[in-house]
Amino acid sequence: MSTVNLVYFSWVRERIGKGEETLEVPAGVVTIADLLAHLKTLGEEYETALEHQNVIRAAINQEHVEHGEPIAGAREIALFPPMTGG
Amino acid sequence: MGAPITVRVQREDFDLSAEVSRLSFDRPEIGAVVTFSGLCRDEAGTLAALELEHYPGMAEAEITRICELAIERFGLQAATAIHRYGRINPGENIVLVVTASPHRQAAFDGANFIMDFLKTSAPFWKKEHLADGTSGGWVSAKDADDTARDRWKR
Repeated sequence: MSTVNLVYFSWVRERIGKGEETLEVPAGVVTIADLLAHLKTLGEEYETALEHQNVIRAAINQEHVEHGEPIAGAREIALFPPMTGG
Repeated sequence: MGAPITVRVQREDFDLSAEVSRLSFDRPEIGAVVTFSGLCRDEAGTLAALELEHYPGMAEAEITRICELAIERFGLQAATAIHRYGRINPGENIVLVVTASPHRQAAFDGANFIMDFLKTSAPFWKKEHLADGTSGGWVSAKDADDTARDRWKR
């Protein structure tokens, strides 16, 4: 089992109720999609934040990735809504 | 030597004139400089302020990556991109892009390209504070911004 730092932004952060946490990654959680599915089992706040899973964007070690991306070796995984800067 | 890139993510305001001077100083080969600045609108008086959240580290890295793409694609001689975060009131600056090239078209296109990609892939999020004291919530991403980005596909 490995650990990874999770960071959340915007309404993902607000709905989960924290900006970051450390997670023990269970066996079987291989990709970002697996991670999202796992997080949704951790409580109602996660379920609410990640309900519309297809709109959630992810970054591994501060680079954008798709949901199919393997998370092995990730130090930091960020989850956030579509970006609205500029 | 590659074209110089300046990227800053900062709470404080920026000065357009100073940034143009910095970029073009002692560069007589530059023939065109384009600046784009994005400001906070008051939305017909309903908006009190925007709150800009960002992902420190990734924001700078992503904007730098976008500037590198623009330099490569349009042959720019320099690029500057500055994005503010924190609370920004109507009328204040949010973002600045400055591009330089020998002739105008590359600088125009480069600035346009940088803004289109910055809006859809630089990790910033806007929250509205309304004039009536309530929160307007998080600004939704617009399909039009994705469309604007996708027109650069080739």
